[in-house]
Amino acid sequence: MSQFDSAERLGRSGQVVARCLDEGRPAFVGYYSVGFPGVDASLEAMKAIVEGDEGRGADIVEIGMPYSDPLMDGLVIQRANTKALARGVHTKHALQAVEAVARLGAMPMVMTYWNVIEAYGVDAFARDLAAAGGGGVITPDLPADDCPEWIEATDKHGTDRIFLIAPSSSEERLRMTMQASRGWVYATSVMGVTGARAQTSDAGPVIVERARKADPTIPVGIGLGVSNGDQAAEIGSYADLVIVGSALISCMKSDGNDMATDLSALRRLSGEIASGVERSRA
Amino acid sequence: MTSYPDAKGHFGRFGGRFVPEALQAALSELEKAFADAQADPSFGEELRRLQRDYSGRPTPITVADGFSKHAGNARIYLKREDLNHTGAHKINNVLGQALLTKRMGKTRVIAETGAGQHGVATATAAALMGLECRVYMGEVDTKRQALNVARMQLLGAEVYAVAAGSRTLKDAMNEAMRDWVTTVDTTHYLIGTVGGPHPFPYLVRELQRVISTESRAQMLEAHDGLPDYVVACVGGGSNAIGQFYDFIPDEEVALVGFEAGGEGIASGRHSATITEGTTGVLHGARTFVLQDADGQTIESHSISAGLDYPGVGPEHAWLADTGRASYEVVTDEEAMEAFKLLSRTEGIIPAIESAHALAGALRIGRRIAEEDPNARPRILVCLSGRGDKDTGTAFDWFKLSGQPDHVVGA
Repeated sequence: MSQFDSAERLGRSGQVVARCLDEGRPAFVGYYSVGFPGVDASLEAMKAIVEGDEGRGADIVEIGMPYSDPLMDGLVIQRANTKALARGVHTKHALQAVEAVARLGAMPMVMTYWNVIEAYGVDAFARDLAAAGGGGVITPDLPADDCPEWIEATDKHGTDRIFLIAPSSSEERLRMTMQASRGWVYATSVMGVTGARAQTSDAGPVIVERARKADPTIPVGIGLGVSNGDQAAEIGSYADLVIVGSALISCMKSDGNDMATDLSALRRLSGEIASGVERSRA
Repeated sequence: MTSYPDAKGHFGRFGGRFVPEALQAALSELEKAFADAQADPSFGEELRRLQRDYSGRPTPITVADGFSKHAGNARIYLKREDLNHTGAHKINNVLGQALLTKRMGKTRVIAETGAGQHGVATATAAALMGLECRVYMGEVDTKRQALNVARMQLLGAEVYAVAAGSRTLKDAMNEAMRDWVTTVDTTHYLIGTVGGPHPFPYLVRELQRVISTESRAQMLEAHDGLPDYVVACVGGGSNAIGQFYDFIPDEEVALVGFEAGGEGIASGRHSATITEGTTGVLHGARTFVLQDADGQTIESHSISAGLDYPGVGPEHAWLADTGRASYEVVTDEEAMEAFKLLSRTEGIIPAIESAHALAGALRIGRRIAEEDPNARPRILVCLSGRGDKDTGTAFDWFKLSGQPDHVVGA
């Protein structure tokens, strides 16, 4: 059994992570933007991420709902999301993606900026996400100490709340943020925005260790910069979740014109990361 | 009233700090540095010295009797922020924040700019204080405002055109935030308006507040007492909050902000955030936002680049909510008429931003003359900047030929 045993703290998505850890490996979280290169095509892409190339892909799909002013995102995700918005993606499509991913047997979660949720209706979003089979929501710009309405709605509907921590977070904020989270916590391993990086950050192990000290009751995921199986294996040796985003989006080079080639690249990368995660604690 | 915002940066239901966790520490550091600076008499002395010897404060009040003739029975007073170094109120904010940057031991500033006025002001302060400076500007704006790009470069700043999103001010702000997340150890993000995450709306208000502190005293000392109306244009809202703030406790003084109505509200091409927007979160604060049903920001429009922004400072949202200030809309056309009228009647070419406030003053004066012909309202207008930068826009709007009226000696 993994060290995480409080069902209340793990919520829905944290239990998936605990199961992976019981199998001797961390969980693989694949980010993909709904609506890129189109809504239907993005659902196919998420399927490819879940299935990988040898039947082994992501355990959790982080469904990105595009927003017009994405402060945390680097160029790759910005470009994809700008296109998705121009092609008419709406919040309801993110909930459709949640249903689609749930049917595939993976754990769907949504990542979006707070204004999108507020516009949908805070309680309604938590409710509809849960009804669609979603595990929870990653909110990159919502301060954990200033969102009573979200805490209330997510408690009411049993939706997980994933807040972010950063290398610059004080011990006090680490503790506060993790205690406000349910499911797991998202640690940004570098000071910066999303995007694949050639080298993993040496700040990764440090923030994971600090997070475990601050609150040992929930798993810690590492994101920002992971782009291949070796990096996934390296990060998976100390983190409970390995989060990959921009590198997956980058597989969709043809902008929808050659989906077969793009999807096979996506399956390959997803499979490579899944096997990297698999060997990380071997 | 002066206790706002609260400890988390709320103005009533507005404000806050909706930013990635990576920036929370820097914002707390800034908040603390500013509190320390306010408690340190040497900071205030240095800022006042710069305001006096470098920027040219206090700025005067000009009684605009020629212009007033077109405003019913009103008498219009102009607070001359256009006479500041660099030609606008923006310098009030950047001098203070540049001093804070040095106090925090940081060596680099970044800024966002729309028309380029805040970028030029930031580049100016950076040159004065020996700070490295990078300015983010929407690609569309760099083309519209090439002259200001050159001014920033002359002052030693690097200008980055932002080709993401709508390629305007809001995207420049996004990019500056992304830079800041990565460089926060050495860099201060010098925000140009009373928007953004706490403590910026508070910090910038305190630095712009000098406008109302001075003008309130000037009205009392030299112009027979408080005005009946204080008016200003509102984009993000920094000149307006500066011009309003010390008058907030004076309940007999009406505070009126004028938003850019662009081509008219019905056209959908405007920047009337308070009048037409809905509550949302943009660039780190809860405020009124121009947005669609999904919460996606809608692009704003105005002939004045400085008012062309789909959000507004949270304190204005709060003043509107509480009713202490009211907000109206002035179209491009009304603003350009006031622009021309002030030029012809007072010999002052205003910034097109400020022309929105002037058009608002004309409207208030005429409205009161209809309602009560015996009333003699006194209207204080924040003339936030000078119009040299707007010659190109005026050239197109008034279809000026640029040709001499006559040729002699041929």
